[in-house]
Amino acid sequence: MNELKHRAEEVVRLAKSGGASAADVMIREQDTFSVTVRMGEVETLKEAISRSLLLRVFVGKRTATSNTSDLSESTITSLVSETIGMAKLTSEDQSGGLPDPLLFENNFPNLDLVDEGWEAITPEQRIDFAKRAEATALSADKSIVNSDGGSFDYARSKTVLANTLGFMGAYEGTASSLSVSPIAQAADGMQRDFWFAVARHRSDLPSPEDIGRKAAQRTMRRLGARKVATCEVPIIFDPYTARSFMGDVFSAVAGDAIYRRSSYLVDQLGQTVASPAVTIVDDARLLRGLGSSPFDDEGISTHATSIIENGVLRNYLHSTYSARKLNAKPTGNGQRFSSGSVVIGPTNFCLKPGQVSPEDIIASTKTGLYVIELIGSGVNHVSGDYSRGAVGIWIENGKLAYPVHEITIAGNLREMLKDVETIGNDLTFFGSIAAPTVKIRKMVVSGE
Amino acid sequence: MDGLRVRTDAGRKMENKSIFFEKYNITNRDLEAYLSEALSRGGDYADLFFEYRVNYMIALEEQIIKTATKGVNMGVGIRVISGEKTGYAYSDDLNRENILKAARTAAFIANNSAQGGKIGLDPSVSQEQRLYSIRDFATDIEIAQKISLLFEADRTARAHDPRIKHVQASYADETKHVLLAASDGRSVWDVQPLVRLNVSCIAEENGQRQPGYSGGGGRRSLDVFQGDLDPRTIAARSAAQAILQLGAVDAPAGPMEVVLGPGWPGILLHEAIGHGLEADFNRKKTSAFAGLVGQKVASELCTVVDDGTLPFRRGSLNMDDEGNPTHKTVLIEKGVLQGYLQDRLSSGLMKAPLTGNGRRQSYTHIPMPRMTNTFMMAGESVPADIIKTVKKGLYAANFGGGQVDITSGKFVFSTSEAYLIEDGEITSAVKGATLIGDGPTVLRRVTMVGNDLQLDQGVGICGKEGQMVPVGVGLPTIKIQEITVGGTEK
Repeated sequence: MNELKHRAEEVVRLAKSGGASAADVMIREQDTFSVTVRMGEVETLKEAISRSLLLRVFVGKRTATSNTSDLSESTITSLVSETIGMAKLTSEDQSGGLPDPLLFENNFPNLDLVDEGWEAITPEQRIDFAKRAEATALSADKSIVNSDGGSFDYARSKTVLANTLGFMGAYEGTASSLSVSPIAQAADGMQRDFWFAVARHRSDLPSPEDIGRKAAQRTMRRLGARKVATCEVPIIFDPYTARSFMGDVFSAVAGDAIYRRSSYLVDQLGQTVASPAVTIVDDARLLRGLGSSPFDDEGISTHATSIIENGVLRNYLHSTYSARKLNAKPTGNGQRFSSGSVVIGPTNFCLKPGQVSPEDIIASTKTGLYVIELIGSGVNHVSGDYSRGAVGIWIENGKLAYPVHEITIAGNLREMLKDVETIGNDLTFFGSIAAPTVKIRKMVVSGE
Repeated sequence: MDGLRVRTDAGRKMENKSIFFEKYNITNRDLEAYLSEALSRGGDYADLFFEYRVNYMIALEEQIIKTATKGVNMGVGIRVISGEKTGYAYSDDLNRENILKAARTAAFIANNSAQGGKIGLDPSVSQEQRLYSIRDFATDIEIAQKISLLFEADRTARAHDPRIKHVQASYADETKHVLLAASDGRSVWDVQPLVRLNVSCIAEENGQRQPGYSGGGGRRSLDVFQGDLDPRTIAARSAAQAILQLGAVDAPAGPMEVVLGPGWPGILLHEAIGHGLEADFNRKKTSAFAGLVGQKVASELCTVVDDGTLPFRRGSLNMDDEGNPTHKTVLIEKGVLQGYLQDRLSSGLMKAPLTGNGRRQSYTHIPMPRMTNTFMMAGESVPADIIKTVKKGLYAANFGGGQVDITSGKFVFSTSEAYLIEDGEITSAVKGATLIGDGPTVLRRVTMVGNDLQLDQGVGICGKEGQMVPVGVGLPTIKIQEITVGGTEK
């Protein structure tokens, strides 16, 4: 870590002496291990350590960025001077610049992002996780005849950030994921589903057998899927598909979408935008959180931000830039693209769970659709119009009756938020956006 | 053809022209040593994929150039194949020790004591330069010229209509040097240019807002931005789409007759059949198309090809990322399935010929079968006549993205510009809607094929297992007897 810090400081110095009025530099190092197995045999095995350096310079109110995997002195030296040269060719932008130094902290909390225990797990054991998950799925039922494989991924990453205002910060994190994707066969064709889990700590990762069993159940329940007639019914998103719904909410509250006026939630701070059941918080300081970090990619000390509270829109999420554009405070959501430029990203963006179990939510629904997979990109984030391919289980008289596919669900996100009827008690994390089961009063299902 | 041509037998002369030999002083001997190390534990095959990529991006918004970005990325990926197993490792620099270490890591997959034997490489040759000029790279052109393209686009979009309130335009280019050396003795290299211009607009009226988007590019230099890809033309298309959407009515819901316009709607082929015909899924029998070669999967009007050899196209390559020349591969001929898109691993295991479709996002990724430019050959119908035959249906002129579940065969693609057809006439514009269908059956329902084949404008990005690669699609106007349209208007 000290070597990376030293490199980052060096690059900042180089930028300053080369004529930049301000600059910040981020270095990421990732040590990754990845294995895929299929039908009990290793299919691919991949290991590497990779580095990337992301530089942003300001020359007055002008800016440019650069990125490289080549940390050699000669490449960096020429890249720094070229980036400064490029900045001079861009336009003056009054909202540009590094964050206010008052937003930096020197003491960072321990967010428990590293599990040192991973170091003791041998490659053979890691391969075995994937094999066990797949083997459990394959042996779950005779309908499961094939597999798209199982995989285990592990990464340990180091992040260092330094800038010309004297900020220097570093943190590490470990992350693992285990997944399996079985294939079941019936007379009318094949069905594939999957299950996976992600965790920073070994003890938070479910056993390979649990994941294999769940994947098998999810796959078998899709066999015999049919279409349904076009109709308007209540929709229940399971936690996996509800997460995608929350992703659509995130896109609408990101500060850049607000100043561009490309969001269906523009101009609505303080207004009721969702049902009173909806409370959403973005919290970067969740212990062991998959999206947690002590400071954002601009060095701003992170904190929790209330987005929607009992249906009322409280805050948008900001980088330094979007905050200046809208006279708001940065929320610590500046994240760097691999290109080096700063965008706005979620940390741990969560829909607060309710009191009701998913079983009770299903039981409360006379006729409806329980959605288990969404495909395609049919979301208009500007108008909120929503139309996506779906796979689900049809609900009849409060019971999961039969699987359905080759259908779409459609509506408008503005109305979907207001139509949230019930929220489950089963908040599940698959990444930095998380949700429990969500029931929406009605949407149009298009089928036969 | 105005590409620089190099005959393969002139290879010796070209030997020291690749950046890896010239700038990084790599020799054939080094390559042989790395390959030997990769096969030190046995294995059937090994290859080295060297990549050096320079790219620029420039972004305009609110009538100013907000930022410019340069990227310099390089490294080498090392692959060892043993039976159906692949070992992979990479290094972010070209330091000899680090490459040897990566070779040993990749070698870990094989566990035979048998040695691969001494590797003898033929002298490195440039892959025959058929498809793109290597004399004039966009990445060498001064930034001011690129910036002026963006200002031109911005002015045009704004002038198009006062309801256009926000314009974002971005320019991106790259030059990718690649070198592939393999234990079968091949050593080939290529230099691959790529440029792109995107314009997105927001139109606003009475509190209603709608987006518009258009773009274009290809494997050439700034000279691509003329005619149909002139920045002003791209900007006007983007603005027109946003304005059109302001007046759009709710899209219909349910199955109906759909006419797809020419060009980018070819995304239908990419999702409905293209992915399902990638050899890895068929070798593993996880595709809904597995075992259907020789069978009728489409109406006789349909002939579908994947062609990586079209000059200057975004999806084209002189060689794939396994060093094999790209091909024109007929996937469906007059409705009958002909074969799959192969990479080295699947073609070896399936004993099928290579098709030059082994591609990867970068040196950090393992190659797999991917599409290049996928399109349907033109038919005989006049497009206007096709519309006239529809009593009540949808005309889809443009699309956003799509996705497919290759196992069940279900696929979607979402309209970004569509209209109702009523009594043979195109009438109101409708809001965006997702169309959903079944890959192995949708092309059986193609009842008319137009004589107006068009390829897309060069902005496609295809994702598979987390790897993104540039691709092209194309389509003549076609009529599909029935497909489910996912609107809200029952």
